[in-house]
Amino acid sequence: MKSTKPSFESLNIFKEIPFSSQSVPAGFPSPADDFLEFDLSLDKKLIKHPSATFFVRVSGNSMVNAKIFDGSILLVDRAEEIKNGDIVLVVIDGDFTVKRYKKLGENIFLYPENKNMSPIKITKNSESYVWGKVMWSFNRVR
Amino acid sequence: MIALVDCNNFYASCERIFKPHLDKKPIAVLSNNDGCVIARSNESKFLGLKMGEPIFKKRYLVDKHNIHLFSSNFALYGDISKRVFDIVGNNVPSYEIYSIDEAFLDFSGIKDPYGYALHIREKVKRWTGIPISIGISYTKTLSKVAGYIAKKSRNGISYLKDKNEINEILRSLPLDEIWGIGIRYAIKMKKYGIHTAADLLECDETWIRKMMNVVGLRMVRELKCIPHFNLNTNRNMKKSICTSRSFAIEIKEYSRMSEYISMFSSRCSEKLRSEKACARSISVFMYTNRFKPKVKQYSGYFSMNFHTATSDTITITKLAIKCLKKIFRSGYSYKKAGIILSDIIPKNQVQLNLFETTDRNKTDKLMKTIDRVNGNMGRDILKLSSSGINNKWKIGKEKLSPCYTTRWEDILHIRV
Repeated sequence: MKSTKPSFESLNIFKEIPFSSQSVPAGFPSPADDFLEFDLSLDKKLIKHPSATFFVRVSGNSMVNAKIFDGSILLVDRAEEIKNGDIVLVVIDGDFTVKRYKKLGENIFLYPENKNMSPIKITKNSESYVWGKVMWSFNRVR
Repeated sequence: MIALVDCNNFYASCERIFKPHLDKKPIAVLSNNDGCVIARSNESKFLGLKMGEPIFKKRYLVDKHNIHLFSSNFALYGDISKRVFDIVGNNVPSYEIYSIDEAFLDFSGIKDPYGYALHIREKVKRWTGIPISIGISYTKTLSKVAGYIAKKSRNGISYLKDKNEINEILRSLPLDEIWGIGIRYAIKMKKYGIHTAADLLECDETWIRKMMNVVGLRMVRELKCIPHFNLNTNRNMKKSICTSRSFAIEIKEYSRMSEYISMFSSRCSEKLRSEKACARSISVFMYTNRFKPKVKQYSGYFSMNFHTATSDTITITKLAIKCLKKIFRSGYSYKKAGIILSDIIPKNQVQLNLFETTDRNKTDKLMKTIDRVNGNMGRDILKLSSSGINNKWKIGKEKLSPCYTTRWEDILHIRV
C-alpha cells in the first residue's frame, strides 16, 4: 500500500514534560534546575515502534556469530521493513526460528550464524513468512 | 465520514499471534471459569460451535475436530487491543474506543477513504498480526452496517457512499443487525410487519419515537445519513467497576464466601488504583443458580457508603464484608457473587472528612507497595489473609496461555 496519506504520528511528541525536581521553599533555587533533562530511557533508545515491538527468549546455538546466544532476549520489531541480510524471526510450517534473511534471485535462503550448520532454502510449497525483524539481542556480561 | 474498526475474532486472533501452528486450525476461547465459549475462529464457527455455549455440551465436537481451547487471558487481549488502537489512532485526527475490539474513527477530510482504510488494515496486520475489518459511511449507525458487510467481504473493507446502494443494503438487513436494536425490539417490530431496516425507514417518525423512544429515533435518522451520535473522544472515567465470578462449584459456607468477597475487593480496588480513582460506595451481590428451578432460590444485594472516597484495599474489604453479613443466608447454594465499586471520582478530587482517623499517606504508601510487589512478582504475592491462604478456590483457568507481552517470565520462547 502506498502511504502518501497524512500521518498524525508526529503529533505524539510532548508526552512527558519534565518538571522541577525541587519543591520551592523561600531561598535560593538550585542553579541546576535550568538544565533539567529527561532521564535516560532504554525504552526510548531501543524501541522505535512500541505498538509493534515484542520480546522473545531464545535457546540454541545456531546464531552465535550474530551475538544471539543460548538464553539471549531479543527485541523484535514487526513494523521494520525486511531487507536482504537482516536477522529475522520467521515462521516455517508453523514453527518459529531466527535466521539471516537472504534473497538470491527468485530464491529465499535462511542462513544460520554458526559454521557447523547449513542454510535452509525456502521452497514454494512450505508455508513460511517473516514474523518480525530482530533489532537487538540482550545478554548478561560476565 | 466515520469508519468503524472491528478486530476479527479478536480473542482467538490474539492467541494465534504467538502460536502460528494454529493458523487455519479451529480455536475457541472460554469464559472466566472455562465454562462457555466467548470467542471463536472462523474454523470453529464453520464447525457449528456457538457463542455462549457451555463447552462441556460440545465435548464430542471438540474432540472430533481437535478444536484448540483457551482460557480467557485478558492481560494479553488488553495489551494487544491497546497496540491496535494506538496504531489506528495515530493515523486519524480523532477516534473513540468503543470496546476492547472496536473503535470509531473520524474519517472526515480523507480524500480516498477506501484506500486509506486498506492502508490502516494492512499496517495493523503487519505490526500486530491482528486482522481487522473496516466499515465506512456517513454516520456511526451506518458505519456499523458497513462493518457488518466488511466482515463478509474479501478484503475486509466496505465503503458505503452511494445512497441507492445504502438503500439496497438496508432492504435486506434484518432488524436485529442494526446497532442498538436488540432482539426484543426486533420481535416487537415484526408484529407490525417491520422486518428489515428499510421497512423501519418508511415508518412515521412520531410513531417510531413512541415505539422505540428518542434514542431509537436518532438511530433511524442515522440510517437516513443524518448524523446524531458524535465521536466520544474524551475517555470518561469509568462510573463503576465490578469484579464478579460464576463459581464452577457452587458455594454454601459463609467462610468460603467471605474469602471470595475479600478477594474480589482486592481485585476491584487494584483496578480502581490503576485508574487513579477513588470510590464513594460499594455494593455486594450474590445469587443462586436460576437455571436449577428445583433448588431453593435466593438473591441478595446491599450497598453502603464510605465516609470518605477511597481506594484502599483494607477499607474496601472491611465494608464489603459488612455488606456480605447483611445479605448472606445459609442453606443456599450460591452460583455467582461479586462486588461493585461506584460513585467514582479522580483521586485528586477527594474531599477529606473532618473526622478522618486513618492516615491517608500511610495507606497510600502501603497500597503502592502492594501493587508494585504484585506487579513485579506475580498476582497475590501480597494479599489480605482474609481472602484465604490456600488457593483451592482459584478460578478455573486450565488452558491459560502465557502473558507474552506483559510478563518477562512469560515471553515467547523459541529454539534457534
